Amino acid sequence: MASVTSGLSPLRTILSNGAVLIVQETAFSPAVTISLAFRAGSLNEPDDLTGLAWFLARVIDRGTTTRSAEAIAEALDDRGVALKVSTNRHVLTLSCTCLAEDFSDVLAVVADVARNPVFPGEEIEKRRAETITAIRQDLDNPGIRASEALQLLLYGPGHPYGRPAKGTVESVERIRREDLVAYHAARFTPSSLFIVIVGDVRASDGLARASEAFAGWNATPAPEREIPAVPRDTSRRQVTIEMPDKPQSDIAYGFTSISRLDPTYCPHWVMNNILGQFGLGGRLAENIREKQGMAYYVFSSFDPSLGPGPLVIRAGVDPGHVERAIVAIDAEVGALGRDGATARELAETRQFLIGSIPRMFETNQSIATFLQTEEFFGLGLDYDRRLPALLHAVTLEDVHAAARSVLDPARASIAVAGPASARMAL
Amino acid sequence: MKTVQLENGLKILVQELHTAPLVSVWCWYGVGSGDELPGQTGVSHWVEHMNFKGTTNIPRDEMKGIVERFGGTWNGYTWLDQTTYLETAGKDALDTLLFIEAERMAHGLYEPEECESERTVIISELHGAENDPDQLLDTEVTATAFRAHPYRHPTIGWIDDLRSMTRDDLIGHYRQHYVPGNATLVVVGDVDTDDVLRRADAHFGKIPATPPPARRRPAEPRQIGERRVLLEREGTTAYLKCAWHAPAVADPDFLPMLVLDAALTGAKGVNIWSSFRGAPPQRRARLYTSLVERGLASAVGGSVLPTKEPFLYSIGLTAMEGVALGALEEAATCEIARVRQHGLTEDEVARAKRQLRARLVFENDSVTNIAHQIGYFEIVAGPGYLASLPSGVAAVTAAQVADVAARRLANDTRTVGWFRPLEHQA
Repeated sequence: MASVTSGLSPLRTILSNGAVLIVQETAFSPAVTISLAFRAGSLNEPDDLTGLAWFLARVIDRGTTTRSAEAIAEALDDRGVALKVSTNRHVLTLSCTCLAEDFSDVLAVVADVARNPVFPGEEIEKRRAETITAIRQDLDNPGIRASEALQLLLYGPGHPYGRPAKGTVESVERIRREDLVAYHAARFTPSSLFIVIVGDVRASDGLARASEAFAGWNATPAPEREIPAVPRDTSRRQVTIEMPDKPQSDIAYGFTSISRLDPTYCPHWVMNNILGQFGLGGRLAENIREKQGMAYYVFSSFDPSLGPGPLVIRAGVDPGHVERAIVAIDAEVGALGRDGATARELAETRQFLIGSIPRMFETNQSIATFLQTEEFFGLGLDYDRRLPALLHAVTLEDVHAAARSVLDPARASIAVAGPASARMAL
Repeated sequence: MKTVQLENGLKILVQELHTAPLVSVWCWYGVGSGDELPGQTGVSHWVEHMNFKGTTNIPRDEMKGIVERFGGTWNGYTWLDQTTYLETAGKDALDTLLFIEAERMAHGLYEPEECESERTVIISELHGAENDPDQLLDTEVTATAFRAHPYRHPTIGWIDDLRSMTRDDLIGHYRQHYVPGNATLVVVGDVDTDDVLRRADAHFGKIPATPPPARRRPAEPRQIGERRVLLEREGTTAYLKCAWHAPAVADPDFLPMLVLDAALTGAKGVNIWSSFRGAPPQRRARLYTSLVERGLASAVGGSVLPTKEPFLYSIGLTAMEGVALGALEEAATCEIARVRQHGLTEDEVARAKRQLRARLVFENDSVTNIAHQIGYFEIVAGPGYLASLPSGVAAVTAAQVADVAARRLANDTRTVGWFRPLEHQA
């Protein structure tokens, strides 16, 4: 069997109906990961039905034209398979891992779920109640409250990137069966599908089984919604969400940044690593956790997408330390934006990122995620082999330019969720 | 796999795995929060934090970056019976990783100001967890279920102990427990076994043998009546938890209990490092069909973990919006009573065993996870146990499962916890 010691070598084919299929053989264990990604993320939700994609993901596997919800559950549960259906702004993904001996059967079930869901009324009502409970749980979670408030500050209510993935209690209550059926018909088609199969399966078998599972399916997707323009932040904004009974406050601090397709992606990636990833959490953790002992977690994450994704700094601190933490974040953000990184930081980060490429391929699941990303953004099948050179090419000036364009405390958006500090002073 | 013991008592387990150019090194210590005395709860976890803060030959500032140079990731965790440190990196890092672990075993710095700064980091970690009502309830239920055994306190420690412990407490714990005879080094990956053993001997062989500390844990008296705990706090969602005393890993009841849990809530596997991050296959599980499918709960989870001494089997439920905790508890109690009275069907037991068989494969999907499993079971269950798990699970009978359910899930030996949310008082 193939080994990935010298990089990936996937088979990529386009099935006759237009679906893209990528198969990567590996020899880790007698298991296979299946991942079906559709261009059906929340971007395309109608404005008054925020959460539609997330809700569809809860109901899609609860019955098809030929299988009842129980039959699907039986087929997957019996084989130890938990089908995960997840969404982001652009993609809805059905993924699971099964034993190699179950691969054909499981692929057939998952393909049926993707192609032929019937969204039974009774299932819709049960999952609606669960979804509303989940939204209510989020309302009690300071981390989620702060993050969602920040997205709203950064993108505004009119932009799909600004909305909560699960929607609101009100929007979920509005979703009807027809909405799910229409969304499925518009977005779930062979030409909006990327199939990735990774594991103990021969590429030829993967191709044969996938061709069978998706045979006879021809449909054309409706045009995707354009990504609205994102206004550049011009001033500093801050919101506070009061949650008096919580022992700790959560801070979400961020900016809009670039698209994944932007030619300066690698400099931005390096810049974010230096700011809030390297080691325990880059410069931010060095200051706020290591020097000041203020937080267990503080880090930044950078999530570029088809549109300009956010760069978000997160920290959990004592309610009495919120202001001090924001001052420290301002200082690190300001310094990196103003002065750029040091030569040593660039060298260390570059070495780390290049060195960590083999770890990206440690599991079938992580390989599948990499291949989905590679395909979605059209990075090229040899992207893993080109990455070291792309990272080597990043200069100190590139990193400084990326930092300068994103990081400026005067343009930061900040959301804090937690108790008012006076009440919780220790 | 090769097992070797150095003269100073350090046990070394090496498994070659040439599927990726990676190596995972884990150093395990047979000490955890179950070994802590009153007044010093949380000391094992705090010591774990301190062991990332510099050693005689790795200055504090160089700790960050030393593993990253090889593209590696590092971490550590503490639980009831163990404290462990890990690095997974490119295979060229092997010697450096062994050097780091040997330094950590014998030459930790424990600078006074670093001890103080870490105190507030850990208090922040504790408060962050307490933001989640479900975790808060878990802590209270565990503390209520035990009277005497040190498994009763949370691994992170009680807040007052975290405020009052001193640097000498930390150093005392470190000196006593971080000795070769109390440690197990596990190396898995693209390595040569003889080379690993030579290098390990060079780094660890010179650390003097010190008798490992005796374990002194008070026995837990038999529970003779139901215990209850009610938490009322501001929140949005109600949670229910039921816990019973579980068999220790070496108890013949352990594997039937694992199968019982799989049948009740879906098979998770037994890797606490990786298996509990996604939902288990549970659509046909007894408590899912009887509580979630009937609209009483939005989620159900169960947990029985391998521990040296008897810990807890717990079932956690999230009440569906609008469902009273009393009604949810009554339904859960009825279903458990049914299982105690009639056992499970042959089909249910067979499905649970098939799920576990698959999960045991899935959770061994990377050098990191394989190394975790080898070390975890060596510390908690002793040599040979991990290899015998699949056949042990296969041999469990429906009669054994019915028997453990009848004996171990009685109402008068359970602890019931309610989290009842209070409306936000503006």
